[in-house]
Amino acid sequence: MRGLAVDLAGVTKVFDNGVMALGPLDLAIRHGEFVSLVGPSGCGKSTALRLIAGLAAPTSGRIEVSHRPGAQRPGHAIGFVFQEPTLMPWTSVRENVRLPLKLAHVAQGEADRRVEEALRSVGLFEFADAYPRQLSGGMKMRVSLARALVTDPDILLMDEPFAALDEITRFRLNNDLLALWRSLRKTVVFVTHSVFESVYLSQRVLVMTARPGRIGAEIRIDVAEPRGEDFRMSTAYAAYCREVSAALAPSYSGVSVL
Amino acid sequence: MSAAENQQAASKGQDAAARLLRFVLPLLVALAGTAIWEAAVRFGQIPPYVLPGPVAVIGTLISDWPVLSQSLGVTLLTTLEGFVAAAIGGIALALLFNQSKLLEYSLFPYAIILQVTPVIAIAPLLLIYLPQQTAVVVCAWIVGFFPVLSNTTLGLNSVDRNLAGLFQLYGASRLQTLRFLKLPSALPYVLGGLRIAGGLSLIGAVVAEIAAGSAGAGSGLAYRIAESGYRLNIPRMFAALLLLSLAGIVIYAVLALTSHLLLRRWHESALGKET
Repeated sequence: MRGLAVDLAGVTKVFDNGVMALGPLDLAIRHGEFVSLVGPSGCGKSTALRLIAGLAAPTSGRIEVSHRPGAQRPGHAIGFVFQEPTLMPWTSVRENVRLPLKLAHVAQGEADRRVEEALRSVGLFEFADAYPRQLSGGMKMRVSLARALVTDPDILLMDEPFAALDEITRFRLNNDLLALWRSLRKTVVFVTHSVFESVYLSQRVLVMTARPGRIGAEIRIDVAEPRGEDFRMSTAYAAYCREVSAALAPSYSGVSVL
Repeated sequence: MSAAENQQAASKGQDAAARLLRFVLPLLVALAGTAIWEAAVRFGQIPPYVLPGPVAVIGTLISDWPVLSQSLGVTLLTTLEGFVAAAIGGIALALLFNQSKLLEYSLFPYAIILQVTPVIAIAPLLLIYLPQQTAVVVCAWIVGFFPVLSNTTLGLNSVDRNLAGLFQLYGASRLQTLRFLKLPSALPYVLGGLRIAGGLSLIGAVVAEIAAGSAGAGSGLAYRIAESGYRLNIPRMFAALLLLSLAGIVIYAVLALTSHLLLRRWHESALGKET
């Protein structure tokens, strides 16, 4: 095997208030794979992501996040995109994207080059000097994505990044994300509420159960790349969506929708 | 010009008119008030030691300018010293509190006690133990210090949680987090605190000067008011009061302008309606 990018074994997380949030969770994600985590609200999807990112410590179990062979940049192997754009409002788009490099003391010239590259990859280079408040929701999310990409991470963790956007913007960003993934070949772990989004984007959809979150089902989306708008309209797509929805249904049984 | 453009131009005109009104109306009120005051004094033949008219007050302001301007300088210097001390002390202490919870728990109650004890009651004690000029500055500091401390603390604690997580993810040091995250996001709060502290420092200085009374030679505007009161020099009392009021307005305006200039690029409070 070519090695795993992310490997979770028997990971649990109990919050300070005693709530069992997660697990035990086993999760193995290969290098370059695009995996979605789908599940009901509060099932611990985001918690799992925060554990992988090292933003929280597991109560028990083992978490391993590997680097690409040869890559020697500990601490910058992971890019994280939050549900909100999470930009610093007091500074320009350029400085927002530069932040991870600045914190890592990357030399000015090198940083300039990489910031430009990241901004170009999300199509926002002309807006480098704008302030976040001047951008639309979708553009802010692109900046957030550029910031996650600027360190050239091996693994991209995305926590419902497009949940707050309108559908058209969301579809466009889905396509852009897929294009980026095809060209950059990062490992992506994508958390979402949306069955449709998960099927459209991923190679593998992991359906989580209600709290404490565990992997309830795993659905492989075997569709030839590149995917495009045709796939969104295809019967195969509809069938996959039905399958994921069916796997998700038990988690919602007995739970009031309101 | 299309209808929409017409409408836009019209609404822009309305905006300008509204802005003009906001400026002109208070001015009209001031003019009317002064006129009525002057008229009442003249037609009621009220003697100046009971109530001087505005003309007499302005006259005194001009004739007593050498004395009053010197006092104004003294009070402004005291206020400035107190304000700078309050700003530095308040921000520095808030930063310390932010780095160490233990320190915050140990000291914050005393900051509150300092704030809730009326400064007019502390001033006489300070005047016993400290040289007069120092005591006056300390009073100005005491009243200005707390708003800066509490606002800065609030600002430092209001950092976006996800942004804080991002800094953690990228292995930011404490200093980096402070410099690139906490201080910029606390800035609007700090500036709000400073704006309050500016006015309060003036009040603190005036209170302490009055408490100091005729004790010393360093004679600020408040001392002039007290002194003129004893001598029934009412026009000079009014003139000194006018200067104090103007000083307060200028201090507020300078701080508000500074705040606006620092925040205009990004903060809601400083942005126009349409951007």
